[in-house]
Amino acid sequence: MKNGEGRRLNKQAGEDDEEEEDDLEGGLEAWERRYAEDRSWEALQEDESGLLQPIDNSAIYHAQYRRRLRALSLASTAASRIQKGLIRFLYVVIDLSRAASEMDFKPSRMVVVAKHVEAFIREFFDQNPLSQIGLAIIKDGVAQCLTDLGGSPESHIKALMGKLSCSGDSSLQNGLDLVHGFLNQIPTYGHREVLILYSALSTCDPGDIMETIQKCKKSKLRCSVIGLAAEMFICKHLCQETGGTYSVALDESHFKELILEHAPPPPAIAEFAISNLIKMGFPQRAAEGSISICSCHKEAKVGVGYTCPRCKARVCELPTECRICGLQLVSSPHLARSYHHLFPIAPFNEVPSSRLNNSHGRSPSTCFGCQQSLLNLGNKPGLSVACPKCKKYFCLECDIYIHESLHNCPGCESYRPLTPVAASGE
Amino acid sequence: MASAPSKLYSDDVSLVVVLLDTNPFFWTTSTLSFSHFLSHVLAFLNAILTLNQLNQVVIIATGCNSCDYIYDSSKTANQSFGNGRMPTLCTTLLQNLEEFMTKDEKLGIEEAEERITGSLLSGSLSMALCYIQRVFRSGSLHPQPRILCLQGSPDGPEQYVAIMNAIFSAQRSMVPIDSCYIGAQNSAFLQQASYITGGVHHKPQQLDGLFQYLLTIFATDLHSRSFLQLPKPVGVDFRASCFCHKNTIDMGYICSVCLSIFCTRHKECSTCGSTFGHAQSDDASATNRKRKAPDS
Repeated sequence: MKNGEGRRLNKQAGEDDEEEEDDLEGGLEAWERRYAEDRSWEALQEDESGLLQPIDNSAIYHAQYRRRLRALSLASTAASRIQKGLIRFLYVVIDLSRAASEMDFKPSRMVVVAKHVEAFIREFFDQNPLSQIGLAIIKDGVAQCLTDLGGSPESHIKALMGKLSCSGDSSLQNGLDLVHGFLNQIPTYGHREVLILYSALSTCDPGDIMETIQKCKKSKLRCSVIGLAAEMFICKHLCQETGGTYSVALDESHFKELILEHAPPPPAIAEFAISNLIKMGFPQRAAEGSISICSCHKEAKVGVGYTCPRCKARVCELPTECRICGLQLVSSPHLARSYHHLFPIAPFNEVPSSRLNNSHGRSPSTCFGCQQSLLNLGNKPGLSVACPKCKKYFCLECDIYIHESLHNCPGCESYRPLTPVAASGE
Repeated sequence: MASAPSKLYSDDVSLVVVLLDTNPFFWTTSTLSFSHFLSHVLAFLNAILTLNQLNQVVIIATGCNSCDYIYDSSKTANQSFGNGRMPTLCTTLLQNLEEFMTKDEKLGIEEAEERITGSLLSGSLSMALCYIQRVFRSGSLHPQPRILCLQGSPDGPEQYVAIMNAIFSAQRSMVPIDSCYIGAQNSAFLQQASYITGGVHHKPQQLDGLFQYLLTIFATDLHSRSFLQLPKPVGVDFRASCFCHKNTIDMGYICSVCLSIFCTRHKECSTCGSTFGHAQSDDASATNRKRKAPDS
């Protein structure tokens, strides 16, 4: 129902209402236009006595977050220790067909997709520093590669920010064939993934797409699709066959949420990648003031840089692959960024508000992490959560921060266990 | 990731969260006595509070069995002038510190195991970061937060993962972690923390002049730091240690499943138990230079 402020490119016959509304908006004053999209009545809620209250956003946000956590933990308790694919080779396929110029996402689907793919790339490299991303586009019925598989976010983002235009039909089969060809060449220890951002409602294929899907399934390629229009059978079938996830975005913020869900590593199916020992180097920083020719820019540079331990070539940034001898170069913090996926913390349990006022009087009234008071106005107990292991109480915001960003429970870290536990537990 | 709200910092107002190491196993063996150390630190904290009326100081004690908040200068109870002989900062802080240390010691008595001499830095770092997130939530006008670690105990390798998690979270929220290490050896964790988050690390040469080091290096707010020549990170060692011998290595083998580091080829991973397959597979092209040949 969101009406674009600009003219629609494809005026559909018989939609008189929208044409009328367009004219109406054209006749509005500037100050009126500001409120044309404002639906402030949606920010109110009625309580049981019929009084209007503004919606308590923090409680809603927290409830959504806990629902999401529960869904994730249900999926992961299916097997006791789910392995995650930490070394990922992901291709993002963007549909730039005619359907991507639709304006139901403002200003157009293509712009929204480009913006969120950039945020996704940054988040992806933050969570998976040893992985690589490549970009491909589907346009005019053919698929083209925008950037090759690489481990540095800047080159991908630069390509995304360039001029992108959309036209023609989209072909799912050509996109899959292209990506399949590239992903077949990667080492066997890597997990192969494809993320397709599909705007069209049809696909225009040169052959039998079912065969392509079977080919992908045999190569252990995990395909996921995020649709921007409506649910399509072929996308659902593709995702079911290859073990990926299919979701359709309802609006821009939902799309952002869906695409960022693909940033943390998915649960890995063990046979998909052969576990292997990868030889890697840990370069030292070059001494201040040393001058050498760097192998990535082919020019002389002073000071800051790293020296490959095998061939002593200088590289500018990590992680990278040494251009001279081919050794993967990383630093230990890059590996450490992925450790929280291997040692996740348990979700906190909600504390029923009545517990805070129990007769012992020993329940804490402040959050253990941030010392914020857990009592509402008038000393009534508010919402709080507690860690199942150390039994400390936390406020809702600390709960979200701890699980989404910090990955350490302050209570568990602040108490030395009385019996020795395995280091992996804390 | 919850994106940090766009921050409108008041230009040179700072919030300093000080993580004070109170591990008695370290202090009994240190050349600087704990009471002298406290006198340096108290003078330093008073100096920070006088630099700007809106500056805030929060102290968290890092004990060997627990961590806790000791002092928060923004609490109204702490803003009176004290009893005329000592400012409230000193009286409240010393009182709370003494209570904390008695509690901490009691927690240790129950332990019958062999004494571990490290302190719980990961716990106090996590608490500091939670507090700083609360400050970020409080609105658009808030002081610029930073963390200062005054640490003397050696690094506990069992805390590596937790400390790295805290460091990355601080890096994302743009909170610098400064560190002043007063122990005997070097602390690799603190050096990495300060390097990654953009803070300053320093190991003072002469502990008698600790107050001078603290005041000249760690007292300035973040905005003014660009005008000063602060100690630069030299020789931060990012090499990893192998899981089998704990030696630092500069070339090693990583398990592709659990990212454990080994110095030599093994048949299977000791951490996750996966057996390692052979390098080549049918569909890969033999000329692909990404493939690592079984071994050179």
